[in-house]
Amino acid sequence: MAIATPLTDSLKPIEDRGGAAQPLLQVTGLRKHFPVRGGLFTARKTVCAVDDVSFTVIKGETVGIVGESGCGKSTTARLLMHLMNRDAGEIIYDGMQVGPALSVRELRRAMQMVFQDSYASLNPRLTVEDSIAFGPKVHGMVDASARNLARELLGKVGLRPEIFANRYPHEISGGQRQRVNIARALALSPRLVILDEAVSALDKSVEAQVLNLLADLKREFGLTYLFISHDLNVVRYISDRVLVMYLGEVVELGPVEQVWEAPAHPYTRALLGAMPSSDPDRRTETPPISGDPPNPIDLPPGCRFHTRCPFAEPLCAKANPKLHALDRMGHQAACYMAIPGSGHSRAPTSV
Amino acid sequence: MTTVGNTEANVKSAALATAIPGNRASEAALQSTPQARARGYWTTVGRRLLRDKVSITCAFILFLIFASALIAPWLHLADPYQGSMIRRLRHIGTPGYPLGSDELGRDMLARLIYGGRLSLVVGISPVIFAFCAGSSLGLIAGYVGGRINTAIMRAVDVFYAFPSVLLAIAISGALGAGIVNSIVSLTIVFLPQITRVAESVTTGVRNRDFVEAARASGAGPFTIMRVHILGNVLGPIFVYATGLISVSMILAAGLSFLGLGTKPPEPEWGLMLNTLRTAIYINPWVAALPGAMIFAVSICFNLLSDGMRSAMDIRN
Repeated sequence: MAIATPLTDSLKPIEDRGGAAQPLLQVTGLRKHFPVRGGLFTARKTVCAVDDVSFTVIKGETVGIVGESGCGKSTTARLLMHLMNRDAGEIIYDGMQVGPALSVRELRRAMQMVFQDSYASLNPRLTVEDSIAFGPKVHGMVDASARNLARELLGKVGLRPEIFANRYPHEISGGQRQRVNIARALALSPRLVILDEAVSALDKSVEAQVLNLLADLKREFGLTYLFISHDLNVVRYISDRVLVMYLGEVVELGPVEQVWEAPAHPYTRALLGAMPSSDPDRRTETPPISGDPPNPIDLPPGCRFHTRCPFAEPLCAKANPKLHALDRMGHQAACYMAIPGSGHSRAPTSV
Repeated sequence: MTTVGNTEANVKSAALATAIPGNRASEAALQSTPQARARGYWTTVGRRLLRDKVSITCAFILFLIFASALIAPWLHLADPYQGSMIRRLRHIGTPGYPLGSDELGRDMLARLIYGGRLSLVVGISPVIFAFCAGSSLGLIAGYVGGRINTAIMRAVDVFYAFPSVLLAIAISGALGAGIVNSIVSLTIVFLPQITRVAESVTTGVRNRDFVEAARASGAGPFTIMRVHILGNVLGPIFVYATGLISVSMILAAGLSFLGLGTKPPEPEWGLMLNTLRTAIYINPWVAALPGAMIFAVSICFNLLSDGMRSAMDIRN
């Protein structure tokens, strides 16, 4: 693997097993329901945070996950990192099923995560160097080598080690802190990095710098990214493929160009329509979507979007549509309007 | 290496990557003394505390009281147990009695200084014991969560059903009078309070992203506790415990006042306050002296705890 660390004697690089054709990550039927305590006389209810989410991540690509707040993006990330237990579903990393073939501890070396809040994700009592060196030390690297690695990674993320290594998180800026978080994630030389709203809290100029840094690091270390964001422009810029989530479900997925050019799900259309345009001739005149997402405790039967969908028909309230392939590029959508012969008046008659 | 370099960040990272060719440069960086060397957290807190005039004054007063209690036998004071039936209740400033004499004609200055030994031990040691036990319980409850948290915290809540003074009196009364018993009863009184604070602080820290990140690095619970939780939790608990010392001093004095703590003729501030209360109309200034000592020590600890709290709040 192209892991350019000179301290090869310390942390064993994670080798590629399945080859290029084997997806790096295969997620099937991932589900997480949070129990909500009911009152004394009311039944216990559940919030469907993530419901039957399946997707694959190919080696070397960047997959974006978009959706509004509370749609289960971050829960998905935490489930993948095994920071919370899943109710159902299978996670296969490079052909190895997590659990029987690959331990969670090994998975956590192969997969790392960058959190949104750059301040909360660094221990205020540790120096930047200590924070980065913590992971490698946990995995058995000697203190001096871990510190060397930390300083080297600081250089890789564009922070001069002699200035920043001994600083505390409150002494550096938000953008610098997020660079430190990226260095910390890279310290275990993972192959997959989950970026959970990693640039969302940064201001625009810093965001652009960090995005470029991410692109450079991806090239240098041969990384694969799972990029979670609510910022559609950023997702389009960085992603190869995109997953649109609504109330815990994947409603559309496909190559970013296809999804942007021809969004098949009305929710994706609404999301894209909600993006402010910088061109005055293409000003958004009508509100692209109305109402709030329904309470995830009392999910509507049928398609979860039908309460807000302008094209909803009686059919939509009956059963939830499954993801349906639209072309050979992997573009899929879960909407009756995209499924030929579904019975919806706008459904295509033939493929 | 990087091929495209449109933005400044790109150029910078590329330049840095070439400027630092691997290990040798990092070693050089390790040896060179960094110009912008950051001070440690506790050094910063100490400096901020030193700049606070109120805290410094309080620390100085406490130091005087502690030091005089410690070196009392070498201060050439009068015998605190030696009374005189003809020299009772002398006023402050009487020759030979700089702070007057008590109802049995014993020198007040000597008794106040010697009294500090017992009063401070009985006042402070319950807080130390409760700090050790309560922090451990609270850390476990806060970090493990779930049923263990419920078990520990509900057990602790039982003690909250009683007012702390009443609880201290009840336990002391049940165990019998004596210094050790009053320390035990006060420890039991403070244990729930410190446990509760420790639990809430730990729960707060535990849910921060850096603990998640540490778990994501593959660290076990004990490593996370040692490296990431303790350092962030002990400070606030310590501040709270320092504030409790004043309460403990007053409760300990109260137990002695009620005859549940120290026994006469031992000099102890609370007990002195009790025995002198009959003289309050004859010589009010002398009768108030032990109370003034209790007041001085507790307010100093309170202000010091406030000062530490603001000194530790470094983000602002």
